[in-house]
Amino acid sequence: MATNASILTSETAASSVPMPAGVPMPADWRDFVALTKPRVMTLVVFTGLCGLLVAPGHLSPILAFTAILCIALGAGAAAALNQWYEVDRDAAMKRTAARPLPAGRMDRASALHFGVGLSFFSVLLMGFATNWFAAAILAVSILFYVFVYTIWLKPRTAQNIVIGGAAGAFPPLIGWAAVTGDVAALPIALFMLIFFWTPPHFWALALFVRMDYANAGIPMLPVVAGERVTRRQILFYTSIMAAAALAPVLMQLTGLIYGLTALIATGIFAVLAFQVAMNRETDPALMVPERRLFKYSVLYLFLIFGAVVVDHWVVRA
Amino acid sequence: MTPEGQELIRARQRSRSIVMALILFALVVLFFGITIAKMSH
Repeated sequence: MATNASILTSETAASSVPMPAGVPMPADWRDFVALTKPRVMTLVVFTGLCGLLVAPGHLSPILAFTAILCIALGAGAAAALNQWYEVDRDAAMKRTAARPLPAGRMDRASALHFGVGLSFFSVLLMGFATNWFAAAILAVSILFYVFVYTIWLKPRTAQNIVIGGAAGAFPPLIGWAAVTGDVAALPIALFMLIFFWTPPHFWALALFVRMDYANAGIPMLPVVAGERVTRRQILFYTSIMAAAALAPVLMQLTGLIYGLTALIATGIFAVLAFQVAMNRETDPALMVPERRLFKYSVLYLFLIFGAVVVDHWVVRA
Repeated sequence: MTPEGQELIRARQRSRSIVMALILFALVVLFFGITIAKMSH
């Protein structure tokens, strides 16, 4: 039972020193860092930073740093609570079995306390340092990720990441709100872009780790509806994402630099999605277009959001 | 408990304490910075 994973009975995952039964081993601080999913956090921080940088108005560097820190901590808290809740599912998946909880390097209570504590801390710090509207959006994003996505949607419906994708789309809104105290058309457009980017991104991954999800009992689209439907849906959501990516320039919220970058980067995304849609490979080890789309989708978001900032600075200069 | 086991627990507690001290120091600096920024706003 993973709940008592850190009560050592023989050997720990971190050490081969034999321990007597019932001796609690304190989790290593690196495992608390791992619990926050630092790699996922980089994308969250980057999109939040871009939202903050393009917002009109001024925020002192220390407050801007604090706002980004709060976004990062909030994302880390949500990730910790997600892993606290999903320990049994993570243990059943090859991709996640080495995480601190399923691997037995940390007990569930520590993860829960860490996640809840970090959630309150990030929201309160955001409120005191910037404004309470940004803090409220941060709180909503954490609650949405934990309760709506992790607990409600993920184990129940193949549309889990379509609706749940909203949780990951909040950072540009929060970054913007930290500066202005409100939201406007551009951060909402950026929110929509991440929202519609999420399905092709996750379904590309889900195609080549389908058995992992099936073993864990998670009703991801390839598991429930099959690979052909998933490939079609990737193409469908890519087309909506393309519209969302071009919307800021069509609405004259951004300039030519963003427009050209969005056009080229989204064009490449569409070609890769089309290759996935046309692929009939069923062996996950041979799903090259799917892996290519998944990797490119991460780069795509960095490119698009980077272009928003560069475009904004060039226009302002 | 074996001496090796005790040593392992101590080492882990020590590293956690050091990290916690560094975090607390960073927070002191951060809160000082926030206070100054808020006051001069």
